[in-house]
Amino acid sequence: MRETETITLEINGRRREIAAPPNQTLLETLREHGYFEVKSGCEKGDCGACAVLVDGEAVDSCLTLTGTLEGRAITTVAGLKRGEELHPLQAAFVKLGSIQCGYCTPGLIMAAQSLLNETPDPGEEDIRLALSGNLCRCTGYTKVFDAVQEAAQVLREEESGL
Amino acid sequence: MTETESWANVNLRQVGRPLARTDAPGKAAGKTRYAGDYTMPNMLHAKVLRSPEASALLRRIDVSKARALPGVACVLTAADLPDRKASTDIPGQTGKKKLATDQQVLVKERVRYHGEPLALVAAETQAIAEQAAELIDFELEPLPGVYDPFKAMRPGAPVVTAPDNVVGEHKVRKGDIEKGFAEADEIIENTFRTQFIEHAFLEPEVGLAWIDENDVINIRVATQVIEHFRPIAEAVGVPHNKVRILGALVGGGFGGKEDVTVEIYLALLAQATGRPVRLAYTREDSMFGHGKRHPFVITHRTGFTKDGRITAVKVTITADSGAYVFLSPYVLLYATVAAPGPYRVDNVHVDAVAAATNNMFTSAFRGFGAAQACVAHEAQMDEAAKALGIDRMELRRRNFIRTGDKLVTGHPIESAVWADECMTKAWEALGERTPDAGPVKTGRGVATYQQSYGRITWLHDTSEAWVGVEVDGSVVVRSGVTDIGAGQVSALGQIAAELLGVGLDDVTIYNSDSAVTPLAGTTTATRGLYMTGNAVRLAAEAIRGRFLARAAREFGVEPGEVDLAESKAFVTDRPDKSMAFKALVALCASEGVHRSELVMFRAPFTGQIDPETGQGRVHPDYAYGAQAVEVAVDTETGEVTVLKSVGAHDVGQAINPDAVAGQIEGGAAMGQGYALSEELCYEEGRLTTPSFSEYLIPTAMDVPRYQSIILESRSGLGPFGAKGIGEPALTPVAPAIANAVADAIGVRVFDLPITPEKIVMALRRAEAAE
Repeated sequence: MRETETITLEINGRRREIAAPPNQTLLETLREHGYFEVKSGCEKGDCGACAVLVDGEAVDSCLTLTGTLEGRAITTVAGLKRGEELHPLQAAFVKLGSIQCGYCTPGLIMAAQSLLNETPDPGEEDIRLALSGNLCRCTGYTKVFDAVQEAAQVLREEESGL
Repeated sequence: MTETESWANVNLRQVGRPLARTDAPGKAAGKTRYAGDYTMPNMLHAKVLRSPEASALLRRIDVSKARALPGVACVLTAADLPDRKASTDIPGQTGKKKLATDQQVLVKERVRYHGEPLALVAAETQAIAEQAAELIDFELEPLPGVYDPFKAMRPGAPVVTAPDNVVGEHKVRKGDIEKGFAEADEIIENTFRTQFIEHAFLEPEVGLAWIDENDVINIRVATQVIEHFRPIAEAVGVPHNKVRILGALVGGGFGGKEDVTVEIYLALLAQATGRPVRLAYTREDSMFGHGKRHPFVITHRTGFTKDGRITAVKVTITADSGAYVFLSPYVLLYATVAAPGPYRVDNVHVDAVAAATNNMFTSAFRGFGAAQACVAHEAQMDEAAKALGIDRMELRRRNFIRTGDKLVTGHPIESAVWADECMTKAWEALGERTPDAGPVKTGRGVATYQQSYGRITWLHDTSEAWVGVEVDGSVVVRSGVTDIGAGQVSALGQIAAELLGVGLDDVTIYNSDSAVTPLAGTTTATRGLYMTGNAVRLAAEAIRGRFLARAAREFGVEPGEVDLAESKAFVTDRPDKSMAFKALVALCASEGVHRSELVMFRAPFTGQIDPETGQGRVHPDYAYGAQAVEVAVDTETGEVTVLKSVGAHDVGQAINPDAVAGQIEGGAAMGQGYALSEELCYEEGRLTTPSFSEYLIPTAMDVPRYQSIILESRSGLGPFGAKGIGEPALTPVAPAIANAVADAIGVRVFDLPITPEKIVMALRRAEAAE
């Protein structure tokens, strides 16, 4: 096995030098370094609970080797916050009752953010497709769709207000 | 207590409003620590080695290579703990005598199910623990097993549970069944089969144990039941007060974290090593690690007069309890009580039995037997409506049980029965019927139910809560209740805020710690709000009563004229006469007025039912409601799409309507999976579907926009007349879908899940019959 390598990552806007064995997944790396908001649900890419953004695009961190990410920007759900304020996606999830046990929530929010980065005005089918890799057992997804739509609108209004 | 007075004095301001739950912001921001997010210095990582066979003798197990691996701290087998057993039967569950069915914590000789634990490893890293588990050398001699509950009850069948594999039996003998069928103009008889299913909470079982300076084994664990400190203590051989269970917000439960999971393994490894130990199940471990929903075979024979009155119901239920007892007898009892459905039936005969097999053990799952019963009784109503030429809903209306009528157990239903109101509203909400499109046929179905809330009354259930007001006017609630995602904790905050006239933000809730929060009982059986909600209500009311009395003196009026709201105390018809809540609290504090209260709420206590007739009281009360769905069935491929799905439930009083709607929508999705796609497949006891790529729960692509309708009869036993919604939300969903599919294609699939293959086969059979 190759030696542990030092990888430079930008995690939630902060540059970090991280020593990662070559077979370590991004999920393992992040949790080892205290990013406990990244959840482990299956470690097989089936459930999406561990989704984070890599350069703005959602990936299952359990299927991504840390060693392949030199220089990339990682965002977890904690990194979405705007200072003390919740990000519009987070705020909409709270306001609309879209969170129950909350274990899938970080992954859902990151998948939704990935969608909104590409498609600011998504239709319902866009939302369903974007969230189709994220299992939720509590909510039935209805209030999750509501929250993504509301957040998309808030973000569009912010954008047009600039 | 000032219960009556303060009741009259409360206009609901916080209760009944869709407030953002107290737990939501932390979860959205990624701040919430789940049980798996705790670590400790010097912590070890654990792994469970499981049996690859379902029925075998453990001939030999050699852990020497595993122990020799650098980084391994400890390997335990049954030889290291020969007398360690985990209780799988609760006294009183299976009658006066406990069955001798305790499970060896680790297999000593006999393997009874695929995945039964053989050894435990603790090591410096997870990778080393896994590697060590692979180095354990063991020899299993396969034994003949039994994988079908009917075969398990035959003479000469392999014995899984001595003497005869029967682990639970219940009977109902009400009225005169012969006479009832003699009076029938039409008799409908069918047999229904339901499948093993998996809870599929997103957070696999996980815990962290450490032993503190007082020799207390502390376990931080994802559980629905912190009171398991008692059986855990007994299993590891320490007094009850030497085990402390700390919960955390739980990443889903649904009954799957109701039994002990990782706790005993953690306690044993912490004892053996003296170091903190963490055990996190993989998804595959989780599939093997907790009990599943019981497969049932239900034969339902129902007699009707030609105008649609039910004259008799005879039901036989056979449940697969798997390799150990766990909650099977209780699940069976719930199914027995629910067997005829929410209908008044004077002549009832039920024979229910649960048998042990070498399949995975089965235990609690949302709906708890009543869900399986509903699959049968609601299909029967539709089949009868067809045979009698009566509208499906009209047939139900002619038979709904009414307040004051006697349930199947002979005990009268005391609360409101709004099954009809719920059914009517759910159906209306379906709106315009979607037309057929070529081979794609649409169909509609409805199902109603009766689901208990609160535990069995002879378990003498209690719940404690403590409410206190700090000198600055902020409020603290302490309760052992576990929050498994439904907003259990936030609802308690809303109740306290309501009665003390403060905002939800002014309340901090400490929960789920067996050492410091008053024991609230389990978060199971749709009992959390009913039991702990009442405990919090009573505690807050006691404090409220003292505050009102003190404020009344200040205002020179009677206590009944004073109210608390918006962080003020004021005279009800003279709002100008007021004082800040904070000032009132400071006044009370300075005078030694008691600002806290510890309350125990008790459910109705009864003796057991008559075992020969099933007559007596089983539950505190029941909830009623309905699900209406519209489906599209592709008759060429058998594919089913759920187009519309509406749940309407009388919850008594919604504490937080958004949380209630969340339960209804989530139940609709879970029930849809139960109806259409979910099945744990066991081949000769071996699980062949241990992942989410094989075990298919609904995704965002599979669901309609669920609708929820909340009715409030305010007739329940919970706080402010609340009933419950956790389990009821699920129960009618699968039968409503089954009825809709039958409506769409004109033939019925009697076995869940209703897969495309079964639909195509049913259509072919019907075609061939013509």
